[in-house]
Amino acid sequence: MSILTPDRRSLLKGGATMLAAAATMSSEQLLGYAKAWAQTAQWKPEAGAKINLLRWKRFVEAEDVAFMKIVDAFQKATNVTINVSNESYDDIQPKASVAANTGQGLDMVWGLYSLPFLFPNKCTDMTDVADYLGKKCGGWSASGEAYGKLDGKWIGVPVAATGALVNYRVAAAEKAGHKEFPKDLAGFADLIKGLKKNNTPAGMALGHASGDANTWLYWALWAHGGNLIDKDNKVIINSPETAKALEYVKGLYDDFIPGTASWNDSSNNKAFLADQLFLTVNGISIYVTAKKENPQIAADMNHAHLPAGVDGKTRELHLGFPILVYNFTKYPQACKAFTAFMMEPAQFDPWVEAAQGYLSPFLLGYKANPIWTADPKNTPYRDVAETAQTPAGTGKMGEDAASSIADFVVVDMFANYCTGREDVKTAMATAERSAKRIFR
Amino acid sequence: MTTLQTSAPAQAPAAYTPPLWARLQANRNWIALWFMLPAAAFLILFLAYPLGLGVWMSFTDERIGRSGIFIGLENYQWLWDDSIFWLSVFNTLLYTIIASAIKFAVGLYLALLLNRHMPFKAIIRAIVLIPFIVPTVLSAIAFWWIYDAQFSIISWSLIRLGLIDHNINFLGDSNWARASVIFANIWRGVPFVAITLLAGLQTVSPSLYEAATLDGATNWQRFRFITYPLLTPIIAVVMTFSVLFTFTDFQLVWALTRGGPVNATHLMATLSYQRGIISGRLGEGAAIATAMIPFLLAAIAISWFGMQRRKWQQGSNND
Repeated sequence: MSILTPDRRSLLKGGATMLAAAATMSSEQLLGYAKAWAQTAQWKPEAGAKINLLRWKRFVEAEDVAFMKIVDAFQKATNVTINVSNESYDDIQPKASVAANTGQGLDMVWGLYSLPFLFPNKCTDMTDVADYLGKKCGGWSASGEAYGKLDGKWIGVPVAATGALVNYRVAAAEKAGHKEFPKDLAGFADLIKGLKKNNTPAGMALGHASGDANTWLYWALWAHGGNLIDKDNKVIINSPETAKALEYVKGLYDDFIPGTASWNDSSNNKAFLADQLFLTVNGISIYVTAKKENPQIAADMNHAHLPAGVDGKTRELHLGFPILVYNFTKYPQACKAFTAFMMEPAQFDPWVEAAQGYLSPFLLGYKANPIWTADPKNTPYRDVAETAQTPAGTGKMGEDAASSIADFVVVDMFANYCTGREDVKTAMATAERSAKRIFR
Repeated sequence: MTTLQTSAPAQAPAAYTPPLWARLQANRNWIALWFMLPAAAFLILFLAYPLGLGVWMSFTDERIGRSGIFIGLENYQWLWDDSIFWLSVFNTLLYTIIASAIKFAVGLYLALLLNRHMPFKAIIRAIVLIPFIVPTVLSAIAFWWIYDAQFSIISWSLIRLGLIDHNINFLGDSNWARASVIFANIWRGVPFVAITLLAGLQTVSPSLYEAATLDGATNWQRFRFITYPLLTPIIAVVMTFSVLFTFTDFQLVWALTRGGPVNATHLMATLSYQRGIISGRLGEGAAIATAMIPFLLAAIAISWFGMQRRKWQQGSNND
């Protein structure tokens, strides 16, 4: 998941075509619809409401354009002013945290992972909004509830997730002896070995990359039956299952392209698009960029879910995008109304289309959107909610699980062993100690 | 901040004591107190208060969005047997000592060169300052590309020259990563040292060199017995600052490696940020930040007591 900054020209070109494709309603129609919606909505924005909204900086240009259209229609229909500011993935959490701590500056944040769980007692109860959307849009997936609910109360609304799935080059995988994408752990390791042999290496981040490193390493841990915490949130990382996961990842790492221990969230995008990397775990953003700038790569690449674990089940960590409303906002009704409005089918469908697969829904009704089947290469990203776990895994999602993912406990454990800094036992003991420090 | 207490007048009462207000009006110390008040308020509000708050926070379990309760030394106990914390202490010391030493050597050398007469002197001096002027984050991003695992210009050039056959893993290997961030820090810090020392050099009277030359002093002797002693006070100041800046460096490391690979470049400042802000444990982050204070005090003490308090500055010999 990278910082893609397309130049102005390609941005205009791409944006225009996407917009044409995405817009099922003209702006007047949208405004008319928005006005009618505002009349009947159960949340009545406070008069003169001004909302400061912080969101992550877009990776897909057209997605942002579609989002701002929604914001614009809402503003016109309700006379609410919404100030949207953008921050990169890495900066959004510190900013949101500072706002939570000082009690000012922002009214709502559209952030990453389990952001609301870092400061649950600063979040407005969004249960009414979540229930409304659930009823209207086909119900919440189990992972959606896990990402939004704390003790039976919705502290955030999981808008969407970007799937952390395998991005691979078809020809290279075939040459490595895998016409079909492997479904089990051994096949996956064999594929990566084969890729290395043909000098078309794979690589996944082992550095402090909030998105790219956490996602696949949690998968590797879970796939081998390992867990950071059990269902009572007791730290159980030091286990034979974890040891197996470490050995497995070390095997993969040895066949990776060199340098993955230093990778951040954009490194694999760059290398993949430069024909140096032939398999990685990422959102759909590589494909979206390739379609525009590198059609021969786009034609030769495909996506797949990570292989099932030893128990035959696939559990993946994806990058959830929850939206939260601070409880110190002066305009809770306006914030709730906006959240509900943007996730109504009339807004959400074109928005998801504009995002070209970057936003996978947690609301089951949205799986029917044609974007997921129009291009079969998008399809794996449709089912992200089904395989998604929260960073707590089997445990209960809360502040501590959110902290441990932010502190790279699991990533550092794998990196420590893979780079040879520590042996299996020490790496697990170090992680256990770090986790116990957090879950104390 | 202690000025507030010490400035109260302490005069022996005379036979006739005018009323208190009249005495105060005539008292210079009393007036001085008022003149100092704005500065003191500034210092207390923006320096002492945050510092005190940080230290206090380190004794609590405060998290983001929730005030903490006093837990005594618990944060420090956890840190005491936390290998990542000690690794960050080691990294910080390594980073500071190596970078400061090289910055001093290169800076001094550069200052001596720039102090000579040469064409385009002013322009050259201005150019030397460039690394210092460029915002840290920008230079960090440039270095990030230079050190990239796949697209490094250095690796590319060396491969083209046939000197190596694969990319150098600049930021992915512990030792390479440490060397890389230290180099970037040196590149950025040298101009500050060089220009400040150059300013010091220009205050040295040319007549001293003339006299020394007449006495037959060599280049080295002139440097050792004239330049260096006269430059010592400014060296003390510039190295104190340099050490402090390096010790508390954050942006460069954060932008380049985020403390990776496997915490090999985590400095105390970056670890404090990661634990305090990113993962929300304000108390623990504050404890790491507070743990930096003794090191900083030691650094200041060494340079000030070791270099500035020399008696020759008052005209007598060293002890």
